[in-house]
Amino acid sequence: MMLRAIWLIVRKDLTVEVRSRELAYTTLFFAVSCVLVFAFSLVQEGRAAEGVGAGVLWMAIMFAGNLALGRTFERERQSETLRALMLVPAPRPAIYLGKLAGIVVLLALTEAILVPLVALLFQAQLLAHPFWLAAVVATGTLGFAAVGTLFAAMLVRARSRDVLLPVLLYPITVPVLIAGVRATVAIAQPDFEAEVVRFWLALLVAFDVVFITLALWTFEPVMTD
Amino acid sequence: MTALDFDEISAEDVSRNFGRRRAVSRITFRARRGTILGLLGPNGAGKSTLLAMLATVLRPSAGVIRYGTLGTSAGPALRARIGVLGHDLFLYPELTARENLVFFAGLYGLADADARARGALAKAGLDTRSEDAVAGFSRGMRQRVALERALIHDPRLALLDEPFTGLDDASTELLVRRLRDLREGGAIVIVATHDLDLAEGLLDRAIFLRDGRIVQSVESPGALRATYRRVIGRAGA
Repeated sequence: MMLRAIWLIVRKDLTVEVRSRELAYTTLFFAVSCVLVFAFSLVQEGRAAEGVGAGVLWMAIMFAGNLALGRTFERERQSETLRALMLVPAPRPAIYLGKLAGIVVLLALTEAILVPLVALLFQAQLLAHPFWLAAVVATGTLGFAAVGTLFAAMLVRARSRDVLLPVLLYPITVPVLIAGVRATVAIAQPDFEAEVVRFWLALLVAFDVVFITLALWTFEPVMTD
Repeated sequence: MTALDFDEISAEDVSRNFGRRRAVSRITFRARRGTILGLLGPNGAGKSTLLAMLATVLRPSAGVIRYGTLGTSAGPALRARIGVLGHDLFLYPELTARENLVFFAGLYGLADADARARGALAKAGLDTRSEDAVAGFSRGMRQRVALERALIHDPRLALLDEPFTGLDDASTELLVRRLRDLREGGAIVIVATHDLDLAEGLLDRAIFLRDGRIVQSVESPGALRATYRRVIGRAGA
């Protein structure tokens, strides 16, 4: 029942998104604009300072992620469908995991465009070690979305949810930002140091495990008024 | 998960506060299988809050709600036997009527979700519009889809908040017939409504609420409007 419910929610979210394309366009447009603005200001004579590309990449991911999280739960609020999800007999953690998976898929699509764009504009060797980069981006995105999905669901009925979400989300996900940026900088170095990347990747995995466990544990009580 | 069954729902001294405001105060009632119970009262009387507590989405601040011998801790097995039509319709406007029903049928663990959805849409008289997005439906059509969503899993307890909103005469007649069928099938139906004319002759019992309290409870109610005026006051009628 758990896996079936997760799959149904992910499929529903993706179907709604394919029909409306609202989140994909908004998130992507925002993220690409962010990267372009920083590229215009930080890239001089075709080169940027070392590590700038990694920082811009993660900042764009987190800003775009915040936007996507807010909008995806706004949809569930408009017709009170989140309440309908809380009424079904599926385990409540399945609802959390379904929403989380939907956000991760959407962010992954955005990142698939962002990474080559940042590599190109900032002349960063991000794609020199694609599997390491994929692992870092995937674990970082998962950690950010895990915390964000819980907070966005909690705040869905709060009047000032648009303000509260980033206020709560960014401080808690600072470790994701630091680990993501440091690992990405290490990946883009000409003398690639696997040890350094492995260290930051382990931190991201630990963050994911801790926060997904916490979210699964707290989702039901925080969603029942 | 095993779906449980119950013959009765009871609320004992149930209250609910929102901050310092008391929305529902010391409500006590029982409803047995094969009953249509009406919750009547003006706006803000506590009808929707009471329904939300019966649906298990709100916890009472005090008091106990029992489903047969079980409390709300029965969780998913209990939720599998409850159907809720809210004031908001709980439908995804981007999805078609059929997709909405298939989605919820799947979440209720029904094996033949697509067949159920098609059957439900036929009952609602919307089988020819099953592949149209709900966003393009009128309020009345959406209300009919929402009702089928609430009842798709044959719930033992049906909680309906203003089910007659936006329905034309034919759809209202269809809904009244549907509620009577539910009663004949042994469901407990609890309806919150302002529409006293429609409630007349449909309800087996009426509970009148004002300011979160029960002010009158009537078995086999007749002359609802006169009773409403007497116990609630002319302004709310």
